[in-house]
Amino acid sequence: MTGEVELEWAALMRAGLAGDTQAYQALLIALAPMLRAMARRGCQRVGLLPTDAEDVVQETLLAIHLKRQTWQTDMPILPWIRAIARNKLVDALRRRGRRGHEIDIDDVSDVLAAAPEEDRTVVNDVMKHLHHLAPGQRSVVQAVAVDGSSIRATAARLAMSEGAVRVALHRGLAALAQRLREPGG
Amino acid sequence: MKTDDLIRAIAQDATPTGLRPQTSLALALAGGVAAAALLFSLLLGPRDDAVASLDQLRFLLKFAVTLGLAAAAFGLVQQLARPGSSAGLWRSALLLAPGLLLIGIAGELLALPEERWLAALVGVNARTCLTYIPLMGVAPLGLILLALRRGAPTRPGLAGAVAGLIAGGISAAFYASHCPDDSPLFVATWYVLAIAMLVALGAVLGRRLLRW
Repeated sequence: MTGEVELEWAALMRAGLAGDTQAYQALLIALAPMLRAMARRGCQRVGLLPTDAEDVVQETLLAIHLKRQTWQTDMPILPWIRAIARNKLVDALRRRGRRGHEIDIDDVSDVLAAAPEEDRTVVNDVMKHLHHLAPGQRSVVQAVAVDGSSIRATAARLAMSEGAVRVALHRGLAALAQRLREPGG
Repeated sequence: MKTDDLIRAIAQDATPTGLRPQTSLALALAGGVAAAALLFSLLLGPRDDAVASLDQLRFLLKFAVTLGLAAAAFGLVQQLARPGSSAGLWRSALLLAPGLLLIGIAGELLALPEERWLAALVGVNARTCLTYIPLMGVAPLGLILLALRRGAPTRPGLAGAVAGLIAGGISAAFYASHCPDDSPLFVATWYVLAIAMLVALGAVLGRRLLRW
C-alpha cells in the first residue's frame, strides 16, 4: 500500500466527515477490495466460504462508518482501518467458529484464487436482517440502499421530512450493525 | 443487500451526528469529578487539618499518586478508544504513580523503626477506605464507560479496567483529604485494594458494554 493512496483515502474521509457524500462513497468503494481480501484470507484459514467473507466486509464497512469519529483526522488512516477490519474479522470468525461448519478447502479454492470482487451470485445474509429493522427504518434503508434513492427523493416518496429520513437511515444502519454481530445473526 | 448497495446507504449518512468520542470522554471526566466531589462533601468532607497538612510529604504523596494515576489512565483510555493508535507513551506514564509510591514506601521503611511498620500499614481507617473509595468511584466509572461506548475500544475489558483506574484515582484523591492515615504503607495496601475493586468492576462491565 503506497503512501499516496493512504493520503488520498485520508482526504476522502476528511471530506466525508465534513458531509461530502460523494467523496465518502468513493472512499468506501475504494476500501471494499482491501477489506474483501483481508476477509477472504481470514475465512480461508478457518475453512469458511467467500459468502461469509462478504458478510465480514459489510460488517467492517458498517463499523468503519459508525466509528468514523474515532479516527483522528491528522493521523494515518490505514492503521485505523486495519485495526477495525482485524477486530471485525476476529469477531466474526470466533462467532461462526462456534457454529462451526467444516468445509473441504478444495471446494472453495478456485473461488478464493479469483480476484476479490463481490460474488453476485450469492445472496448475502444482510437482506434477511433488513426485515428485522423497525418498519420506518427498513423502508428508508431499502429506498436509499437498494433502490438508490437520494435523501430528498426518499423523503418525498415516503412523505417524511429530510431530517427524519436522515435519522431513520442512521438508526437503521446502526441497528443493522447490531444485528450482524449478534451471536447466530 | 449487496455490498455496493450498503455502501450507497452508508454514504448518504456521511455527516457525523453527536459528540466526538474525545469530547464525550472529557465531559465524562468532568462529570465524574463533580459527582465524586458532591458525594465526598455529603458523606465525608476533608479532615480538620487537611490544609495544615499540606507541608507534609506523606500527605502530599497521596495526591501525587492518586491524581497521577487518574491522569495517566485518562490519557491511556483515549488511545484505547481509538483503533490502531499506539498507547505506548501513556502505558509508560501509568507506571509513574506506582513508581512514586514505591519510592514513598522505601522512604517510609527507612524513616520508621521496624516495630511500627505494621501499625502504619493497618492504620485506623482501613474499612472506611475500602468502603468509600469504591463507592465514590462508581459514578465516574459509569460516566466514563458510557462515554467509551462512543469510542471503539478493540480490547473492551482492558478499556473498562483502565476506566476503573481513572475512577479509582479520582475517588481516592478525594478520600485522601479525609483519611488520617498518611503512611505510604497504608496507601499501598488499602488504597490499592480499593482501586483494584473499581478496576475489576470496570473490566467486567467493559467486556459487556464496550463491544461494538
